[in-house]
Amino acid sequence: MSVIGKIVTVDSNMVTAQVEGNVRQNAVAYCKRYDGVKLMSEIIRVRGDLVDMQVFELTRGLKVGDEVEITDEMLSVELGPGLIGMVYDGLQNPLTDMAKKVGIFLEPGNYLEPLDKKRKWEFEPTAEVGDVVKAADNLGKVKENIFDHYIMAPFMLKGEWTVEKLAPKGSYTVVDEIAVLKNSEGETRSVTMTQRWPVRIPLGIYRQRLLPSTPMVTKQRIIDTFFPVMLGGTYCIPGPFGAGKTVLQQITSRHAEIDLVIMAACGERAGEVVETIREFPHLKDPRTGRTLIERTIIVSNTSSMPVAARESSVYTAITLAEYYRQVGLNVLVLADSTSRWAQALREMSGRLEEIPGEEAFPAYLESTISRFYERAGMIELNDGRHASLTVSGTVSPAGGNFEEPVTQGTLKVVGAFLGLSYARSYARRFPAIDPLESWSKYEGIIDNEKVAFAHSFLARGKNINEMMQVVGEEGTSTDDFVIYLKSEFLDAVYLQQNAYDEVDAACAPERQRYLFDLVTRVLEHKFDFATKDEARKTFFKLTEGFRNWNYTPWGDPKLKEIEEEVENYLAGGKELEANA
Amino acid sequence: MRKYYNKIDRIAGSVATLKADNVGYEEIAKVQGSWGESLAQVIRVDRDMVSLQVFAGTRGLSTGDKVHFSGSAMKFAFTDDLLGRIFTGSGEPRDGRCELTDNLVEVGGPSVNPAVRLMPNRMIPTNIPMIDVFNTLVEGQKLPIFSIPGEPYNELLARIALQAEADIIIIGGMGLKYDEYLYFKDTLESGGVMSRSIMFIHTASDPIVECIQTPDLALMVAEQFALEGKKVLVLLTDMTNFANALKEISITMEQIPSNRGYPGDLYSQLASRYEKAVVFENGGSITTISVTTMPGDDVTHPVPDNTGYITEGQFYLKNGAIDPFGSLSRLKQQVNGKTRDDHRAIMDGCIQLYSQCRETREKKAMGFEMSAWDEKLLKYGDAFESEIMSFSVNTSLFEALDKCWEILGRYFEPVETGIRSNLCDKYWPKKADS
Repeated sequence: MSVIGKIVTVDSNMVTAQVEGNVRQNAVAYCKRYDGVKLMSEIIRVRGDLVDMQVFELTRGLKVGDEVEITDEMLSVELGPGLIGMVYDGLQNPLTDMAKKVGIFLEPGNYLEPLDKKRKWEFEPTAEVGDVVKAADNLGKVKENIFDHYIMAPFMLKGEWTVEKLAPKGSYTVVDEIAVLKNSEGETRSVTMTQRWPVRIPLGIYRQRLLPSTPMVTKQRIIDTFFPVMLGGTYCIPGPFGAGKTVLQQITSRHAEIDLVIMAACGERAGEVVETIREFPHLKDPRTGRTLIERTIIVSNTSSMPVAARESSVYTAITLAEYYRQVGLNVLVLADSTSRWAQALREMSGRLEEIPGEEAFPAYLESTISRFYERAGMIELNDGRHASLTVSGTVSPAGGNFEEPVTQGTLKVVGAFLGLSYARSYARRFPAIDPLESWSKYEGIIDNEKVAFAHSFLARGKNINEMMQVVGEEGTSTDDFVIYLKSEFLDAVYLQQNAYDEVDAACAPERQRYLFDLVTRVLEHKFDFATKDEARKTFFKLTEGFRNWNYTPWGDPKLKEIEEEVENYLAGGKELEANA
Repeated sequence: MRKYYNKIDRIAGSVATLKADNVGYEEIAKVQGSWGESLAQVIRVDRDMVSLQVFAGTRGLSTGDKVHFSGSAMKFAFTDDLLGRIFTGSGEPRDGRCELTDNLVEVGGPSVNPAVRLMPNRMIPTNIPMIDVFNTLVEGQKLPIFSIPGEPYNELLARIALQAEADIIIIGGMGLKYDEYLYFKDTLESGGVMSRSIMFIHTASDPIVECIQTPDLALMVAEQFALEGKKVLVLLTDMTNFANALKEISITMEQIPSNRGYPGDLYSQLASRYEKAVVFENGGSITTISVTTMPGDDVTHPVPDNTGYITEGQFYLKNGAIDPFGSLSRLKQQVNGKTRDDHRAIMDGCIQLYSQCRETREKKAMGFEMSAWDEKLLKYGDAFESEIMSFSVNTSLFEALDKCWEILGRYFEPVETGIRSNLCDKYWPKKADS
């Protein structure tokens, strides 16, 4: 049921068409180019008989008078088994298939099936004929990698329906009928394993929303211990370029203890996606022994791909995530970068000639960001299981200044703020999360009081260091100097983590707690130094000892050797060798 | 059947608007006037009005001048005859030789599917230790040189052109002073690489629209060579001029500026050029090194700022040397683990110490007493600057690494460097007297 219109204006990726008949806001339309190629678009404004559309492709070659086919369906994604491991663009086109069928370049007008319609899945019914079901109730399940992928009654269902027919155990494709439902009015509905859902409408059918209460372990000490994140929570990573936002996201995608990671590469470098695409099939997930790609979906709309599709890509990603939360998994969305998405909004807003807000961003920027992050959450599903969607977004503030609209709009809605700093990355202190600026409203894996004790050294150390810049080292008391050294020590051996070292790259909670206690012992210890040089030397050696400890695998007897040496020294024993 | 229009309705900036029908977005038109002729591109169609961006500018354009539309987007020849040639920003020969009309390829086409890209993983040696050791250049990378206007950025670019390994070198000059253009030409000729080079040059006095076309032409040709399996090195200077040209045009088009007058899509515009850097499965690649001059040495200026978010790192050129702070090659981790086992440790260790040295210098400048440790740092810093950082150092990677160890050994004990003990055991210079 589509309406035909005619193009009257082409202005970069915005096309205005004249139509008669009813059109729906956010409906999909296709602009027909002279050579018959159809360019996908979305209606973003309606004025009388004029509709403004953002075109998801290069508009080169479109002419006034060209036909526009306007559908009644909002921009939607296809959901079902087989999404995991895929690489999609912002409109859910599978990029690998696209490469096979279309070639090296993303030629406009090619739209491919998101799900493999021929692949067979081993279906096992979990409901029975005669059961009464509502939207999102389980009908059966298939095995997708290691997960039980529940096949649910359509999300769009209204009211209660009875299962009339249910396919027996066996293999089916995602388009085969697996059930027939009937409601009290006698309407019947055929159900397959696929569903469609509009990306701009949150997908969440559950008994209740729960308060996030389980930490999401990222295996990064500075996050898990100092600025923790919860399953179902939200956090943002603002930082100037070069501070390591994307690296931090990639590390998280590798090591986080989570069922499924959805990476939304939104307007960022293609190279970063390529790294994930090429490496994940070969990297092992230590939790399952399978490859990382088997727990990853990539939605990639990189910076040189059309800007309108960039705007939709974050919605595509989060809708896929909501779907798998509905299936029962703990899902993490890594959106990199939300600033590019905001810029895409800004570009369209400018073309629509809306009154600009701060830095020419549209006035609705903040509410749009809020609505996006609010799609995260921990829920109790219809069948009582808990599932969560955690959202992490990087922000790329212009000039590294956090006082800009996107950062500020994001800080209002997230539960944790991991602010990256120039200064730390310049000093090669990675992850470059600024321990004095960042905050988290969540509780982590280590007792709050203990964390606060350790954290206090960082602020004091910084003050003392600043003072030393003015009064010099000789004007600083040895006690203060030791506090400064302790803060540097904590920074070097606990906050900093070497992402390129096999062992240090991921620090499990157990190991974090253990190391934290060891580090605390040093922080608590009352040292008695005669000179500052002696103090400096000792801390050099302590730092080196602990660094080596960090590089030594868990369970290796060498760990004990290093510990004993440190203990011995703290107990007043012989001087450190620090070459363990 | 050629349809000519001879009534231009509006002329403003470089944009001419006229009534025309059946015209496609981004189609190329030819404008013929008494002053000569110029290409123009459709930048907006609105009912029966078509807005054209006239490449040669609208100076002297008459409302009665002739316009006809080509029916297709901007195209440029791609043949091996391009090698050794010099063109303007609109693709006209600048070297007085013949025009090329064979095998026309569309300029500014769609982007490469990320799924067919390969991960860059081969180092490009440049024999500049600040690049090779500390911020290794990788084939398929895009890296800008951030510089204040007075620094020798074009010299650095030319040196990379001559010393880096590449099948084809393409230079895109935007807003170049005529002298700079001649400098590049002479350097390539005397360096013996002109026969595998192509230059697209827009000088400061050329029409502003050609400035925007320059990188597109350069990158289109680069892409075609890369598709043939060639390793192409693209050098773009200066991208700030390119951004300023965008600003000029968008302001004339009455677009709402976002930041310091630059258009809201500055990021996307820069990205679509930089993202052409690629490695293909057939072995072809595009490596892009550009120059972004920072007005007032301000890295938060929209042009360097947006660039930094797009490119895979940046080189800061300061006081005639590549400054280790802020300079970053994001892809270096892809290659520096395979060169020599001490590469990464030296990279981090030397910079951490040099950073401490800079702090100490500040303290010293404020008149503080120097501790024994401070003295060590100061001596180390001086040696590091003159023996490693200096622009005049021209040495291979391994030699540079050895040199770093030698400098460390001269001033420090192994434990003070923060470098892992097993590496120190292996590489620490053996002192003759102990």
